[in-house]
Amino acid sequence: MKSVLPILTVLAAIVVIWYGAAVGLNSKWTYDQAARAGQDVSFSQLVTDTMTQERPVLPAPHQVAKGLWEGVAGQKITSKRSLVYHGGVTFSATMAGFVLGAVAGILLAVGIVHNRAMDMSVMPWAIASQTIPILAIAPMVIVVLASLGIKGLLPKAIIAAYLSFFPILVGMVKGLRAPDGMQLDLLRTYNASGSETFWKLRLPSSMPYFFASLKVGIAAALVGTIVAELPAGATQGLGARLLSGSYYGQTIQIWAALFAAAALAAVLVIVVGAIEKVVLRKMGMAR
Amino acid sequence: MPVIEAKDLNLTFQTNDGPVHALKDVNLAIEKGEFVSFIGPSGCGKTTFLRCIAALETPTGGSLTVNGMSPDDARKARSYGYVFQAAGLYPWRTIAGNIKLPLEIMGYSRAEMDQRVEKVLDLVDLGGFGKKFPWQLSGGMQQRASIARALAFDAEILLMDEPFGALDEIVRDKLNEELLKLWKRTEKTIGFVTHSIPEAVYLSTKIVVMSPRPGRITDVIDSTLPRDERPLEIRDSAEFLAIAHRVREGLRAGHAYDE
Repeated sequence: MKSVLPILTVLAAIVVIWYGAAVGLNSKWTYDQAARAGQDVSFSQLVTDTMTQERPVLPAPHQVAKGLWEGVAGQKITSKRSLVYHGGVTFSATMAGFVLGAVAGILLAVGIVHNRAMDMSVMPWAIASQTIPILAIAPMVIVVLASLGIKGLLPKAIIAAYLSFFPILVGMVKGLRAPDGMQLDLLRTYNASGSETFWKLRLPSSMPYFFASLKVGIAAALVGTIVAELPAGATQGLGARLLSGSYYGQTIQIWAALFAAAALAAVLVIVVGAIEKVVLRKMGMAR
Repeated sequence: MPVIEAKDLNLTFQTNDGPVHALKDVNLAIEKGEFVSFIGPSGCGKTTFLRCIAALETPTGGSLTVNGMSPDDARKARSYGYVFQAAGLYPWRTIAGNIKLPLEIMGYSRAEMDQRVEKVLDLVDLGGFGKKFPWQLSGGMQQRASIARALAFDAEILLMDEPFGALDEIVRDKLNEELLKLWKRTEKTIGFVTHSIPEAVYLSTKIVVMSPRPGRITDVIDSTLPRDERPLEIRDSAEFLAIAHRVREGLRAGHAYDE
């Protein structure tokens, strides 16, 4: 109960500010319409009108909630208007990209930790890769792959992987290097091989770092997938929903898709967190 | 033949502030079954010398043999068990699992592992704690588990680097007493680094006093205390105090031209 109250307070404050902003931002259209008809607008008229516009600049919270509800529960889930359908498309590409990115991140991290040449050469490139705006290269990747006949899930997954491998790479390098000198010396006194050191010490030591980086990585994969769905031509996924909403000025549709994406991200991170808890408890590392 | 023999051993570290002479002309012979303590202020090279024996550092001059071999060959032959300052138990392994770590690496069979774990846990008085995780044990118990880990395989030499340095005095007294019993039962050769004079005198058959800058041996004292029977009360005897006095003198002499 104690933790619920502050959350509800903040939520209430956000809703109040949002309603205020909706009235302010949408009032211009109301005033323009009234001026065209040569009428005056009272305050109560203003408020009711700004709450119920078809294409408001900023939809009011209840409009977004209604849009979200209709998108999720008001359609057959196979319908092109269903957010569940589009969410599912985005989810599958996110997961494919996340797995690709995680595998790439882990393999690169293992290489960096064990090979000095890779340590010196890979990291700068990995960092450079993240400084390129994803919005700039996503369309190029989609177009190039489409010209090769590769369409659908894979190009999106590649862009998702491009964003998600980096946090996992950084987390795993840190994690695999977590054992201190003493622990490495101990294995040296046993004359342990490099692979024994990896499996018995480095990998288990990296687990807390691994799960922390997975949480960042899966959220990044979702962002990557949505960005990959934005370029022209995409008709499926939450990103496509955002784009078509902005084409036709359907602000309510945009906001509903945004909230659906946020909810999806939250669920993914919570699921990774739950797996983390189970694994660390089984390993005896959670108290 | 001595188990460990150092002749004119030198070790110089190259640092950004120039070379540091960690060990200078160290000559020492340790016979089988001895309990040798290395005592001195920090920077005197006592830990460095122990690490040279374990082949964790490489001397830059002189000769050092362990079991008649080079230290690195001795390491590969798994001739010694090493106990570090911190217990360093793996938090994701139970106590039994931690003790099995060297046994797994050395390729013992499952049945043999279980049997050895049981044996060494009894040896350090931790019988029945095999299924616990390290965080469920006190600091002293964790350090005992790490000693059990070093005893699990049949190394004749036990190297201990300030193993009880982080423990309070009451626990330390108890562990010292237990360590002597354990040494008597296993007949191992023990090299023990400490900065506590009573601990060094109480435990050792031979006390090596060292001093810093450059790290060197200033005195080697063969203990006159009885080897077989050393109750904790022996620390109040005149003989004990006389040895402790000589250690203190040796430490002070090493500091004389420090200024």
